[in-house]
Parts: sequence; C-alpha cells; structure tokens
Amino acid sequence: MSRTTFFERNIGRITVEVLDGRTRQQLCFLDKVEPHATIGEIKSLFHKSYQQLYPARQDLKLDPKGKSLRDDDVLQNLPVGTTATIYFKDLGPQVGWTMVFLAEYLGPLFIYLLFYFRAPYIYSHQDVFTSSPYSVVTLACACHTCHYIKRLIEAIFVHRFSHGTMPLRTIVRNCVYYWAFSAWLAFYINHPLYTPPSYGDMQVNYALAIFVLCELGNFSIHVALNNLKAEGGPKCRRFPHPTKNPFTWLFFFVSCPNYTYEVGAWASFSVMTQCLPVALFTFLAFIQMTIWAKGKHKTYSREFKDYPQLRMPIIPLLL
Amino acid sequence: MSAPAMGTTKTAHSDVAPKKKRGPGALATAYLVIYNVVMTAGWLVIAVGLVRAYLARGSYHGLYYSIEKPLKFFQTGALLEVSGIVPSSVVLTGFQVLSRVFLTWAVTHSVREVQNEDSVLLFVSAWTITEIIRYSFYTFSLLNHLPYLVKWARYTFFLVLYPMGVTGELLTVYAALPYVQKTGLYSVTLPNKYNFSFDYHTFLILTMVSYIPLFPQLYFHMMRQRKKVLCHVEEYKTE
Repeated sequence: MSRTTFFERNIGRITVEVLDGRTRQQLCFLDKVEPHATIGEIKSLFHKSYQQLYPARQDLKLDPKGKSLRDDDVLQNLPVGTTATIYFKDLGPQVGWTMVFLAEYLGPLFIYLLFYFRAPYIYSHQDVFTSSPYSVVTLACACHTCHYIKRLIEAIFVHRFSHGTMPLRTIVRNCVYYWAFSAWLAFYINHPLYTPPSYGDMQVNYALAIFVLCELGNFSIHVALNNLKAEGGPKCRRFPHPTKNPFTWLFFFVSCPNYTYEVGAWASFSVMTQCLPVALFTFLAFIQMTIWAKGKHKTYSREFKDYPQLRMPIIPLLL
Repeated sequence: MSAPAMGTTKTAHSDVAPKKKRGPGALATAYLVIYNVVMTAGWLVIAVGLVRAYLARGSYHGLYYSIEKPLKFFQTGALLEVSGIVPSSVVLTGFQVLSRVFLTWAVTHSVREVQNEDSVLLFVSAWTITEIIRYSFYTFSLLNHLPYLVKWARYTFFLVLYPMGVTGELLTVYAALPYVQKTGLYSVTLPNKYNFSFDYHTFLILTMVSYIPLFPQLYFHMMRQRKKVLCHVEEYKTE
C-alpha cells in the first residue's frame, strides 16, 4: 500500500491504549479506532480480549482519579489527541437491576410466609403449623405479602432503569439486610405470644386504611415517574408534576412522594401490628429514604431553574 | 476494643505528606489541644491511681474500685471525639469509642460481680497506656512538635497492648455471662404490649463472636499504618 493511501485510510483514526488504573500496566492496545466510536464500543472491544470482564464490569476513565466515562461518550468529543490513554478499573461482578429486585423482594415474601405458617424449628414444637387466633395477624400477612408482590410487579413491568447493573457485593449486603429484618419482624407478629394492638379493631382498621392508601399512592407515583421517562426520552429532562390522579397531588409538596408514601405504608403497618421491630425498620427506612430524597431534591433544584419552591424533599413543609 | 486506631488514617497521612495537610482553624486547634491535654492528664491520673492502689494493697486484686470514677469519666468523655472535628474516620472512631463505652458501662459497671476479676485490670491497664500515648501523640502533632519517640510508641505499643486489651475485654464479658443469664439483666421477654424481646445474654455472646472478624481487621490496619508511618520516616532520615 502506498504511503498516501495508508495516510488517507487512517486519517483521524485514534489509537487507544487501556491501562490498569492502579498498576498502570498496559492491558489492551487498540489501534485505528474510528473517532466516532463510543466508549461502549471500546468496552466491547476490551471484552474481546478479556472474557471475564464484560462491559458492565468495566469502569473507564481518562484520568485515574477523575470521573468515569459514559458508554455513550464519543471518542472524538473527549479531550484526547490521536492517542487516547484510558484507565480501567474492575467493578467486580455485576447483576442486572431486575435480578437485584427479584432477589431483594422474593426473600422477604417467602420468609414472612414461613413464619406465618409457623414452619418447624422456628417456634416451639407444639406450635408447628398452628395459626394465630387474631385476625390482625392474618391481615398483617396479607399486607406484607401484597406489598412485596406489588414491588415485584413494579420491578418487572413498571420501572425503567438508567444504569444497567449493580455490584454483586452490594446486592448481597442489601439482601442480608432485607431478609434478616423481615425474618425478625415476622418472628414477632406470628409468635404464639403475640399481643394484639391496645386499641383493638379501631386501631387495626384505621391503620389498614392508611396502609392501602399509601400503597396506592406509592404505585401512582411510580407510574407517573415511569411515564415521565417514557415521554421525555433520555435527552429531554423534565421534573415530575402532579397529574389528574389525586395521589400525585403530593408532588405539590414533596419532590419524592414515592418515599413519603413508602414511609407512610410502613408506619401504618407498625401501628397496625403494634410491633416495635416493625417501627424500628420503618425508622431506618425513613432515614435512608430521607437521604435519597434530599439528594434527588438537590439534583432537581440545581438542574431546573423553575423548580417549585414549595416542595420539600420528603415530608411536606418539614423535611 | 483497645486498639489505638482512631485518628490514624489521616494523622498518619499528615506525618507522611505534610504538604497536603488541611489542618483545622486556629480556634478548633486550640480546642483540640486543650481536649487532648486534658485527656492525657486524665489517663495519667488513672495510671497513677492504679500504681498507688497496688502499692498500698500489695496485690493486683480489686484495683478497679480505686480508679472507677476517673475511668468512667474519661472513657465516656471520648465520645466527644466522634463529633467529627478530629480529622479521622468517624466510623472507625465511633465504633471504637462505642465499644469502649459499652464495656465500661454496660458490662463492668452493670454486672457488679465481674468488677473483682483480674481481666478488668488487664483491659484497664491496656487502655490506660494506650490512651496516654495516643492523646500525647495528638497533642504534640497539633503543636507540630512531635517527638519521634511518641510517634514510635503510638505505632508500636499497640502490638502488645491491643491483644492484651482484647483478651481482658473478652474474659470480662465471658465472666459476666452467668450473672446476666441468672438475673435477666437488660432483657425483655414476650408477651408484652410492643411485641418485642431482647436477650442480653445472647447479645453479649454475639458481641464476643464479633471480635473474631473485627479484631484482626483493626490489628492489621494498624500494622499497615505502622509500616507506612515509621518506614517513611526512616527513608527521610537516610536521605
């Protein structure tokens, strides 16, 4: 091939070398990469050399201490010359979001039922497969089960996830937390020595009503958020608004009404069962969701100049 | 646990790379110096108290009572360190202080029968020596006049003191178990209005078990810090 032809064919092409972020060892050398190639394509090429390191596991950066590159970043738009040096970090095994939620929610669902039906080796021998005389215990089981079935349905059919995956270690940690806590609270509610609520049926019925309303509310918000993503698409960024559905009117007051409703549901479940472990779970969930809500609220406020001033992150007018 | 792991991460960094140190402001520094001087003095009082009591009685037995009050005061005072003003990991510090406070109040103070145990003397001595060194280390660091001896002591004594303290702590908790079970101390049983139960005896056993994963981690963390801090200084010295 003549020199000019070689030059013409390779004009503008970029040489990419991938180095390990820690050891600076060269892991991969890609020459003659098209300038309009995306980072996602680089990841696929890298994957070809390293079978175990599928794209979701790769964290690529231009500066080892800098921000991670996005999959849709185009090579020529990045501050690289004709040679791009990219630093790699292994994020560890990843699991898809749907799988994550399945694992996190199926656990509590089945574990609670084990306690409800008083499977062997949980309570004393004479209590195996017996049932509680209290209607509130059956009601609690129904509520808990419906709550997690609803979550599973949402995870499979409603949610759209922006990131593809989550690290394995995080899922294990989350699952241990959810599974252990649901076992702990199910243990007390379904215990042969369970004490029903002090204010009897009135307490149970009011709490149940609020629980149902909060579940419906939470579901409405998830649908609304999902529609927002569907209409807008990834590039058009809008913040959520109240719609015709009265449950979404909470958007007038809070940025993350889904979290508000979630706390409400668990708080009412605590009152309904009058069980301290449930209250503790609610409290911890409230703390975590407040942190998330504050983050989300800050992101919205920063991104949209016309963001409503009245809105608080999670509790209307307060928090 | 008695490891002087608090304040090591960033303080060690500041020993190694003084240019990058982002120290606290003048007022905070003054507060910290006073705090650390007071704590050093407090633990010295405890040390002196132990020695005097030993000389007076002629035996190691029952020395806890001679330093019970200052021990409670100064160990509990360490809770102020979790405020985050001190530039060290809040999680690590918090965890350390909470475990010490737990041992002081929820075990030694609460279960009177263990107060005569020799294991109590074991961890109290370990804590005392560790804290005297640690607080003087902080004081000198803040004043930018850290004698090498103090730094060396802080990163070397733990090799013996940490296992010593842990042994004392575990033996004390173990000694408390039968009394806790017999009296049902801090325990709640079913049935009750809030459908909750707590067995302090089981909780103590779980606490002891938790030492198995946690102690090696903290110990090796300190060893790594030691290598980083003491070996770097030697490098500078040879230049």
